[in-house]
Amino acid sequence: MVHGRGIIDRVTEQTLPPVLAEISEEFLAVGEPDRLQLLLEFSRELPALPTRLEEHPELLERVAECQSPVFIVAEVTDGAVHLHATAPEQAPTTRGFASILVQGLDGLTPQQVLDTPNDVAHRLGLAKAISPLRLAGMSGMLARIKRQVAARTA
Amino acid sequence: MPVEIDSTEKFAGYAHPERLVTTAWLEEHLGSDGLVVVESDEDVLLYEVGHIPGAVKVDWHTELNDPVQRDYIDGAGFARLMARKGIERTDTVVIYGDKNNWWAAYALWVFTLFGHEDVRLLDGGRDAWIAEGRAVTTEKPEPRRTTYPVVERDDTAIRAFKDDVLTHLGNPLIDVRSPEEYSGERTTAPAYPEEGALRAGHIPSARNVPWGKAVADDGTFKPVVDLEEVYRAGAGLSDGDDIVAYCRIGERSSHTWFVLTHLLGFENVRNYDGSWTEWGSAVRVPIATGTEPGSVPSV
Repeated sequence: MVHGRGIIDRVTEQTLPPVLAEISEEFLAVGEPDRLQLLLEFSRELPALPTRLEEHPELLERVAECQSPVFIVAEVTDGAVHLHATAPEQAPTTRGFASILVQGLDGLTPQQVLDTPNDVAHRLGLAKAISPLRLAGMSGMLARIKRQVAARTA
Repeated sequence: MPVEIDSTEKFAGYAHPERLVTTAWLEEHLGSDGLVVVESDEDVLLYEVGHIPGAVKVDWHTELNDPVQRDYIDGAGFARLMARKGIERTDTVVIYGDKNNWWAAYALWVFTLFGHEDVRLLDGGRDAWIAEGRAVTTEKPEPRRTTYPVVERDDTAIRAFKDDVLTHLGNPLIDVRSPEEYSGERTTAPAYPEEGALRAGHIPSARNVPWGKAVADDGTFKPVVDLEEVYRAGAGLSDGDDIVAYCRIGERSSHTWFVLTHLLGFENVRNYDGSWTEWGSAVRVPIATGTEPGSVPSV
């Protein structure tokens, strides 16, 4: 299914790609305090940038929607999307969201990434624990990833 | 019982030096009877990454706000929160946090709404503690449950509502947001998402003094002589003024409220926590755009 940006009314019907679906289920399976703990675990799993990107930070895009400095790049090689992100150790919530997207989207085809529902951030059961502004930050990350993927496959 | 005050020379010039402690003082007093250390951050996971040993976490979003209505918790809710955190009514509470103590100052202001007497800020906040290489732990304390009295929140002295601000017009208003938010270029802080208000600009006649003007390069509060320069000479405040401070949701203006009240000694300072997310979306309230304060509207 191909859909454009802004088709909000169909969002809830869309299914998540497999790894993101698993992550979402993992979050929803535990109680609210444990969801934050889980997000913390994800924040620790965010891989360091490969050296080639560390040496060229200009290749990464800053996600302005996030309250903490987070930089993200989506590369497309041999028909698969590869994501890299970096955020400060002192910004665990942001790191956690970035880590979920990296784990959930890495290796997918560009079309699968473009088809990922925009409301991923709202499918983790964190609405009560985390302010709306922060969830908007995660949506901002996804939007920028999609835009980069679209630009690189155009 | 309250813990002795920090008599650091730097604090001596402040109107209420007892409202601040240094990182060195805190390290020395950790574990003292009657002292509870509270971490309050913007990032809700930061405490879990590592915190000052023995510190408890107070989350502004889930613990200080009412879950349904846009308001703070009530007296019973605050009493339950304090009991859970192991805080007695007479305890000295030292609050610290990320982002130059924005949320720490916000928490301190909320504690003050409930009349908690001895509540102080850690000068320099979380960043100073960590930068100085002082101890942090991920071990969460299990505080002994206390009995905290139910004290009704007093919204009259240090909190302003929208209608209060309308009748306040003509008296000093301090807009502590960034110049871009003040002028109306945007409704949120730079690097923050555009969200939260339908109109951009500022409350007419408000002077723009971004909160960060109170902070030195090392993240601690500026000395009193510099603060006088910013708020008296710069923003035209003088003794006896009735002042209202606001920002976007009231957290940065809590920081300025702390500076004006406790460091400079102004006695009538209120924080308008509805701030721009309310004013900028309210129907028919006066708004000014551009870099000038604009004249006092007749309402």
